[in-house]
Amino acid sequence: MITEIGHYALVLALALAMVQSTAPLWGVWRGDVALMATARPVAVAQFLLIALSFAALTHAYLISDFSLLNVVENSHSAKPLIYKISGVWGNHEGSMLLWVLILALFGALVALGSRAMPVDLAAATLAVQAWVGAAFLFFILLTSNPFLRLAQPPIEGRDLNPILQDLGLAIHPPLLYLGYVGFSITFSFAAAALICGRIDASWARFVRPWTLLAWIFLTLGIAMGSYWAYYTLGWGGFWFWDPVENASLMPWLAGTALLHTAAVMEKRDALKIWTIFLAILAFSLSLLGTFLVRSGVLTSVHAFANDPARGVFILAILVFFIGGSLALFAWRASRLRQGGIFAPVSREGALVLNNLLLTTCCATVFVGTLYPLALESMTGEKISVGAPFFNLTFGPLFVPIMLVMPLGQMLAWKRGDLLGAAQRLMVALAVGFAVALIFGALRGGPVLSIVGVAIAAYLVVGSFVEVYGRIAARGVTLGGAISRAMGLPRSAWGTAFAHAGIGVTLFGLAATGWGVELVQTIKPGDQIALGPYQLVVGDIVKRPGSNFDATVAPMEVRSGGVVVATVNPAKRFYPARQMPTTEAGIATLGLGQVYVSLSQQNPDGSLDANLYWKPFVTLIWIGTLLMALGGGLSLSDRRLRIGVARRARTPAAQPAE
Amino acid sequence: MTRKGRRLTLIASMLAVLGVAAGLVLFAMRDSIVFFYGPSELAEKALSPGTRLRIGGLVKDGSVVRGENKSISFVITDSNKEVRVAYVGQVPDLFREGQGVVAEGVLVGPGQFRADSVLAKHDEKYMPREVADALKKQGVWNDGAPAPAASK
Repeated sequence: MITEIGHYALVLALALAMVQSTAPLWGVWRGDVALMATARPVAVAQFLLIALSFAALTHAYLISDFSLLNVVENSHSAKPLIYKISGVWGNHEGSMLLWVLILALFGALVALGSRAMPVDLAAATLAVQAWVGAAFLFFILLTSNPFLRLAQPPIEGRDLNPILQDLGLAIHPPLLYLGYVGFSITFSFAAAALICGRIDASWARFVRPWTLLAWIFLTLGIAMGSYWAYYTLGWGGFWFWDPVENASLMPWLAGTALLHTAAVMEKRDALKIWTIFLAILAFSLSLLGTFLVRSGVLTSVHAFANDPARGVFILAILVFFIGGSLALFAWRASRLRQGGIFAPVSREGALVLNNLLLTTCCATVFVGTLYPLALESMTGEKISVGAPFFNLTFGPLFVPIMLVMPLGQMLAWKRGDLLGAAQRLMVALAVGFAVALIFGALRGGPVLSIVGVAIAAYLVVGSFVEVYGRIAARGVTLGGAISRAMGLPRSAWGTAFAHAGIGVTLFGLAATGWGVELVQTIKPGDQIALGPYQLVVGDIVKRPGSNFDATVAPMEVRSGGVVVATVNPAKRFYPARQMPTTEAGIATLGLGQVYVSLSQQNPDGSLDANLYWKPFVTLIWIGTLLMALGGGLSLSDRRLRIGVARRARTPAAQPAE
Repeated sequence: MTRKGRRLTLIASMLAVLGVAAGLVLFAMRDSIVFFYGPSELAEKALSPGTRLRIGGLVKDGSVVRGENKSISFVITDSNKEVRVAYVGQVPDLFREGQGVVAEGVLVGPGQFRADSVLAKHDEKYMPREVADALKKQGVWNDGAPAPAASK
């Protein structure tokens, strides 16, 4: 019964989405405020219905209702509770439901938080959001219905893919979708601005918090996915330039660019058309990612099932929205009046350069990801474009971004002083060189690693030079400096932390060059030297889990004879799917990690193992947390708070009227 | 600077960055692209040894030979032609005889391949897509035929 309610709620949500996608637009067209006003309550209701539907599916998973095909295929009564819940989106149908849930959530949030917005802009925004929602609800109901019943329910389910039975599944997809789908709302804002034919600094003020929010979640989602892959796949890699990863990286790059131009637009009323274009681009790339991941054109752990009908359907949605929005852009963008003028050397100029480089990076990732697909569909030749391609193209384009990042922070709006900025960065440069010398002397190793940590150090220090300059003027006491620091706009801190985060991540990436990797056969009592540590292998034991059996090889990690940690690498076997998995044993020591993963057991009882010492590896993810923290600080800036725009606008808008 | 001057600077820098990017892409395309072939295609192509490739098919039953120091050798087949693959290192959890596999490495001689990475499928539901396609070409596989791959 609950299942049918969920199904029905989904159909109702589609109906509401269709209302929401037409009535408010008609209102905008006719200038009918009453029609425009329908958008808000309908958006909220649409969200509630989808939430109800999602809750119904979750309920079916919780009670292991094996009369549902979706539950049979992806669940098992012995599965731990957390995976019963996260298993809801651990499959194609459920993950699409989560997708529209988040889409509707953003619609509802805008509906509730947009009292300050002009009524026609809000109405058009929610209408566009509903177009996207309606398209995906159609997609779910026609091709990917999670509520299909079975006439003869089996007694037991087929269990969730064991690789997905991990805490990562509870965190990674929701975060990633909040980011991915979050860009839908900036897309809707952009389309609405084009429909209303009006765009100004206040538009940027409405859009920026949403962009930031989506960007924060996307950053965390990508980072979480990378860490999950790192600890679960068992070969110690954290980024594979896999098309599915690229699919999330592209919107991130476009979104990062958008974040920065929106700032220019808000402050200086410039780069309007470009900002609109980026808003369209960011979500178009999110849609492309959804297509790549969900259509089954790629072989990946993310592609749950291959069904050509789904691929064609998503492709149609993709073509409709990207084509439609670009057509709208071509038709209406010329109406947007260009704003403020600036010199090439200025904050605006630096942000233009940032955008140019970021979008070019994005384009190279795009080429590398889609070229194999295009080639195959045209010539039938199958090729793979792997890490070497991306390292060769993305790397050289991203380095200049990092080099000019601190410079840009220090340039004034309109016209900047390049020489002055460079002089203030001498400290950062000096630190960079010092770090290069220290690491070169102490560790030696690959030149790229040394250059990498040098740039990283320069970037971290350089990110804070601007803030430091605003706090510590001559003759300011410590107390005075602290109160100045507190008084700085949060967004200044946000920029500093986010930029420093990139430096920190780069440090972790560069330090992989100093890692140690061993492939060994191990048996109880073995002593293995791994980087600065010694590993002592304990007794290999069998430990049954709730729905699997594990073979564990506990090891002590010793430093100078003292046990500093233990790791428990394991092989698991899931009987429901007859599938083995590898559980890496990881011990975090300082910023580095000892990482052990097992492969097969030999006839004599010994085990083959991969053992790694990865110095500074945690910095890769700590850096992304710093980026998200920076985003969060900017979001909490007084200026950006949702609803504040109205208070700020009332006096400021007077002369413009 | 005038609006026109600003625009020219912008366009010039845009062309410069795009030019560099295009150069990098073309350069990288030439050196780091790897073609994928099934055993039969490989036999037709008559490629020179030393070519970097990805090959895929089924691991032939009874062909896996494990040697010293994690060296392993197996035959990839599409039931028409075969390739013997030598590999040193750990094979994935789901590497099994009779199952789909993709190997990346270098062609050593006719029908001889030295792999530096071996990939198996992610779960028991389906084949690596390239492998499925290569097998379809040989008429060995059609959608839904093998029991484990058909659970839809």
